[in-house]
Amino acid sequence: MDAAAAKLIGAGLATIALAGVGVGIGQIFGSFVQGALRNPAAAPKVFGNVLLGFALTEAVALYALVIAMLILFVF
Amino acid sequence: MEHGPFDQFVIERLLPLHIGNVDASFTNASLWMAIAVLLATLLMTLSVNKSALVPGRWQSVAEVSYEFVANMLRDNVGDAGKKYFPFVFALFMFILFCNLLGLVPYSFTPTSQIIVTFAMAGVVFIGVTIIGFARHGLHFLSFFVPQGVPVFLLPLLVPIELFSYLFRPISLSVRLFANMLAGHTMFKVFAGFVVALGIIGGWAPLAFIGALYCLEVLIAFLQAYVFAILTCLYLNDAIHMHH
Repeated sequence: MDAAAAKLIGAGLATIALAGVGVGIGQIFGSFVQGALRNPAAAPKVFGNVLLGFALTEAVALYALVIAMLILFVF
Repeated sequence: MEHGPFDQFVIERLLPLHIGNVDASFTNASLWMAIAVLLATLLMTLSVNKSALVPGRWQSVAEVSYEFVANMLRDNVGDAGKKYFPFVFALFMFILFCNLLGLVPYSFTPTSQIIVTFAMAGVVFIGVTIIGFARHGLHFLSFFVPQGVPVFLLPLLVPIELFSYLFRPISLSVRLFANMLAGHTMFKVFAGFVVALGIIGGWAPLAFIGALYCLEVLIAFLQAYVFAILTCLYLNDAIHMHH
């Protein structure tokens, strides 16, 4: 296998990290909706934390993107 | 493809300037950073220039952004964080303006350059470490020793704590940089789909770009918020050393 093909496979494999991020973001908003249905009055207070958690989780996906780009364009 | 999705991140020298071996040219990144600083300064000075008791539109924007950061700092650091407010506020407004200006078509996003975000994260990291040592002296090193842990686990946990501390500037800078990079790359990729599908099918990716643009405005704000709030949390760690 030549190096170019290995690079493409490696970059594709790096996107597997998105599985974990999908679980994470689903968990954040799922828990928020569950909590909000149980206690709607408390929902607006935690929505800031939800967005913070979403941004932090989404960033994990982008670390994978950075790895994929490093594989593709740097090596 | 003539214009790849990464061509938008290319740095161009507008005013070439070399000092010795250092390339200190005024680039398009510098230009947009200067514009961001200028607009933020204009917003914060002109709007409160003729401040009224009942604020007008622009004064409200300035007051809301001031209160937003002030509350963030008060909730996360407490009263000890008050004197770091100018730094956190300047950081927040600069990142917010860079992110939002980057969303203007044909503009350049300085925060999509890793060196820009890493410089900011590096300043935060070094500053916070200095504050920690200045307030607690060598006692600050106990920050890396988790409390209530069996002694035989310490050789394992202290390096982990130390590593996670040293990894902070990298995660802080890569988070902002990668968000901006990914968002703007996605715009260009879907813009390529619009061109490729032509007049028959091109409206579908175009509609998606519209939706994506709304998400990116949210992300632009959210990332400035995340950067500022993590700066607050790091400051809190250095000042109070709760664990």
